[in-house]
Amino acid sequence: MAELEVKERQAGDVTILDMNGAVRIGEGSIALRDAIRGLADGGKKKMLLNLAGVKYIDSSGIGELIANYTTVRRQGGQLKLLNLTDKIQSLLVITKLLTVFDVFEDEAEALKSFQ
Amino acid sequence: MEWLSERPCLNPVTEETTELSLPSRIETVAEAAAAVADFVSRSGVSDDAAFGIDMAVREAVTNAVVHGNSKDEDKVVDIILKSSPEAVEISVHDQGTGFNPNEVPDPTAEENLLKTSGRGILFMRNFMDEVVWFVPPEGGTTVRMLKRR
Repeated sequence: MAELEVKERQAGDVTILDMNGAVRIGEGSIALRDAIRGLADGGKKKMLLNLAGVKYIDSSGIGELIANYTTVRRQGGQLKLLNLTDKIQSLLVITKLLTVFDVFEDEAEALKSFQ
Repeated sequence: MEWLSERPCLNPVTEETTELSLPSRIETVAEAAAAVADFVSRSGVSDDAAFGIDMAVREAVTNAVVHGNSKDEDKVVDIILKSSPEAVEISVHDQGTGFNPNEVPDPTAEENLLKTSGRGILFMRNFMDEVVWFVPPEGGTTVRMLKRR
């Protein structure tokens, strides 16, 4: 089983990536990078990462998240987070990254924020 | 022994000890974490403590493999696990050129928030009760981490 499984779905012009597994150094971080770069290369500008199924992330995974966030923004796009587990949320509090990312608990509200 | 941290020496704990010596490659992080998870489950710590130990070990081994040993597979990462009724202690040693944690910029400072690295030490200190780095006589860097029960 892959460290991180990513499924893509579309809601209007927003692409939602449903993620399951772990975003950690190696395979998980690479899967996250590949998924987001794939969308950017395909001209997608609005991305919502649904992290409900992500139970683990390490500092490398967080670094990958930041790298992709800044790349997407530099290209004029938006990348937002949905459904953080308690543990991931606490890691973003520790790192003060909750002040950087737009984070949502409700998908409809998250989609509305892109308009 | 040159201490690189202002933190006090750790109290020795001795009841059960396991030692591992692993090659300097990324896969070692998961291998070490699995071995530590086994050890920790035998030690009977709480789920929250086990989660924190897993986080800290992965960060320590990542640092040893990537920064200490520069992924040179001729170099190894040595890990020593000790448990006692009071605590679990984990030491991770690399064969690098030495490391001073005080030189790592604060990743929570406003100007560093968008940096893509530098958060591992923050996690180690957050999830463990004591963390110290030192340069042993044989060289390299050892980080020793303690989680009290």
